[in-house]
Amino acid sequence: MSIATSPSTVHHESAAPAPHPAGFLSTYVFSKDHKVIGLQFLFSTLVWFLIGGLLALAVRWQIAWPWSDVPVLGKLFAQEGGQMAPEFYTMLFTMHATVMIFLVIIPILAGAFGNFLIPLMIGADDMAFPTLNMLSYWFMWPAFIAFGASFFVEGGAASSGWTSYPTLSTNVASSPGSGWGQTLWLIGLTMVGVSSMLGSVNYMTTIILMRAPGMTMFRLPMTIWAMFITAVLQAFALPVLTAAGFMQLADRTLGTGFFSPEGNIVNNWMQATGGGQPLLWQHLFWFYSHPAVYIMILPAMGMVSDILTTFARKPLFGYRPMVYSIAGIAGLGFIVWGHHMFISGMNPALGITFMVSTMMIALPSAVKTFNWLGTIWGGRIQFTTAMLFALSFVSMFIIGGLSGIFMAATPVDIFIHDTYFIVAHFHYVLFAGTAMGVFAGIYYWFPKMFGRTMNEFWGKVHFFLTFLFMNGTFFTMHILGAVGFPRRLADAYHYETFHHLQPLNAFMTWCAIGMVATQIIFAANFFWSMFFGPVAGRNPWHSNTLEWTAPSPPGHGNFDFQPVVHRGPYEYSVPGVEKDHLMQTDPPNAAAAALAAAH
Amino acid sequence: MNRLTGIFWSLLFLAVPVLGVATFAVAPALDVWLPKDVSTHGAAIDGLFYFILALTGVVFVATEVMLFWFLWKYDAAKAAGPATYIHGSHTLEVVWTIIPAATLLFLAIYQMNTWADVKMRRPSMAPSVEVVARQFEWRLRYPGRDGTLGTGDDLFLVNDLHVPVDEDFLVQLKSMDVLHSFFLPNLRIKQDAVPGMKIPVWFKAKETGQFDIVCAELCGWGHYKMKGRVTVESRENFDRWLEAQYARQEATQPEADPSTAVARTE
Repeated sequence: MSIATSPSTVHHESAAPAPHPAGFLSTYVFSKDHKVIGLQFLFSTLVWFLIGGLLALAVRWQIAWPWSDVPVLGKLFAQEGGQMAPEFYTMLFTMHATVMIFLVIIPILAGAFGNFLIPLMIGADDMAFPTLNMLSYWFMWPAFIAFGASFFVEGGAASSGWTSYPTLSTNVASSPGSGWGQTLWLIGLTMVGVSSMLGSVNYMTTIILMRAPGMTMFRLPMTIWAMFITAVLQAFALPVLTAAGFMQLADRTLGTGFFSPEGNIVNNWMQATGGGQPLLWQHLFWFYSHPAVYIMILPAMGMVSDILTTFARKPLFGYRPMVYSIAGIAGLGFIVWGHHMFISGMNPALGITFMVSTMMIALPSAVKTFNWLGTIWGGRIQFTTAMLFALSFVSMFIIGGLSGIFMAATPVDIFIHDTYFIVAHFHYVLFAGTAMGVFAGIYYWFPKMFGRTMNEFWGKVHFFLTFLFMNGTFFTMHILGAVGFPRRLADAYHYETFHHLQPLNAFMTWCAIGMVATQIIFAANFFWSMFFGPVAGRNPWHSNTLEWTAPSPPGHGNFDFQPVVHRGPYEYSVPGVEKDHLMQTDPPNAAAAALAAAH
Repeated sequence: MNRLTGIFWSLLFLAVPVLGVATFAVAPALDVWLPKDVSTHGAAIDGLFYFILALTGVVFVATEVMLFWFLWKYDAAKAAGPATYIHGSHTLEVVWTIIPAATLLFLAIYQMNTWADVKMRRPSMAPSVEVVARQFEWRLRYPGRDGTLGTGDDLFLVNDLHVPVDEDFLVQLKSMDVLHSFFLPNLRIKQDAVPGMKIPVWFKAKETGQFDIVCAELCGWGHYKMKGRVTVESRENFDRWLEAQYARQEATQPEADPSTAVARTE
């Protein structure tokens, strides 16, 4: 481990030989360079993003046109006459959520952006533990294989929902997917957990110990603050999920009964052991998975803050309140898990406690939103593709945040729990929120990753169509939820309450098809720009943070000089300074000194 | 940069609150809205729903319009001179922390009573029916003539729940196998059925009619078809129906009732 804060240990690209052998395998496959690992995470998660999106389309197909022949894929999966069996549908939405959460959102934020950005933005030459970092990527592969292979085992992949509630998940007779599929699901989940944990300790250590000279904690860009607090969340919450996963694995394979009561009979098959409690799993699962909701959005919030300031040419409004509100979300995030269980059979008095804490967690989110609006106010806004995605993050997060208040209100939750209202809510937070933040991040840091900029025109086409189709798909879910339309039903139209909702669902499915198809534009732009895009200099957006002082793309060891930090990351449009941005490394000149004196 | 592009993108963001409000305004006219409520406690739940809708609606429109306005006004192609150099405002931070905090706290306290009514203030009475969920049906057990569950004269039915109108009705909810959720959209009732637990559910229907029973917690491949019906009827009709069912059970199942075997697994 090299500590970059001491100038004598810094690797200068020209002076020090690269410590790694330059073979293809060690450079691009088993690399210990944080940038290569970040890109490995990025490419892997984008592939799974495509798979997860196709799974979603298949789910939408069944909801819009139940029991009709599925085009193309129907024959591929050899369903009877090309139509979908209900157990297949159950498997589809289980795996859609699993893939999107565990193989896309969490690893693309922490794994891809965290890895790529942390050393560059704090002025370090690499992560604190490069080998651990490499392992954190390679531990994803057993998960990729376990989840991927589970589609092809007898009974198919897991089909008890991404929440895997016992006894549906623990009793092999309860569902076809509760056989090998569920076991592989648990193994995959554990591996994702190992990967996240390895990343998490590495990020915390790196951010605490390896900041460049002058980079105090309160000069860190919001992206790094978000990554840091996310890493803390991971470290504290993950052990609980891992333990719960092993307990469920033991219930399934060793005959323990942590989650099954005495004499539980499923499908005429009686479980030998008992004495457990299905609610125990829910508590343990949500103790991780609620903080995980913040693991899935805080880094995007950080990245969006950085992008907004760059393209508003303005300092971030309320830097410290922004940091404190992230910390507040993370802290409160540990005491709100019970809001997933208001109607689970948990003591209703306990529900009130969780309701109050849940109401309060809306507060830091509101503070963040107001500060983003404050950041744009009085700016000089440049409508780049990255900026448009970042702005849509803010716009959509408002919807996702406000809809959460409905579910937090326990009496209202009685009606809308497990309906499309909640599906609307979390898609507004995770897709319209986080995925927009991820797209913003890709368009913004692409020049640093590959040395070329992405095509702006096609980027904007991609943004416009995604924005339209996304709202067409997800906004309508709110009113569907108001009817009480339940999630996870293969066919709800035989209910009197829901029989008239098919046309609305068909509309949403058409929008979803449009949304997935639009991503072809993104993929084409991405790969074309990688090789043929206009060459970007070190700092194409005239941004302030440290990564923009490094070459694009940065070589091994990142910086060709020792960055020394003189100020915070958001000094845009400083009066008395010629250019409209003052980089963190810019030496204090006369004008800035005068300004500092005036303050 | 071109001013027209700025106008185009600002208007796109203005479309969010405009179409958002329009969707919610049109939905009731299209009958894509809260189903008819026939319970006595439902008005409080729906009222809270509307209250939160109004509250969040105002915040939604205000913030989204503000976003649009800032994009419109501070477009780099339009606004002259450099951006405002400001790092924040202590006063504003305090204001926009305290106001939402007070609102949220009020909302939290305001709703507690409704929650307690629906989930905590259980009427002191013997269960009117026992509902045992299993893949993929609702098994019902009425106490029979003696009014006590678990005696020889219990009445067993499947998926066909009858409820007398204007009376407290107490369900004892159980599950045989996996999680299910007893969802009565028109009665604003939802409660998970958990293996190994007996959970009380109560309501008072205020209108007669036939409504859906939906399973709202994933319970396996047949989750979608775990459908029941609830019939709310007058006391006389309810008693008449009960007698008829009872007579039918006596006639068709003199012994070895499979449903009693189920009931004993508790």
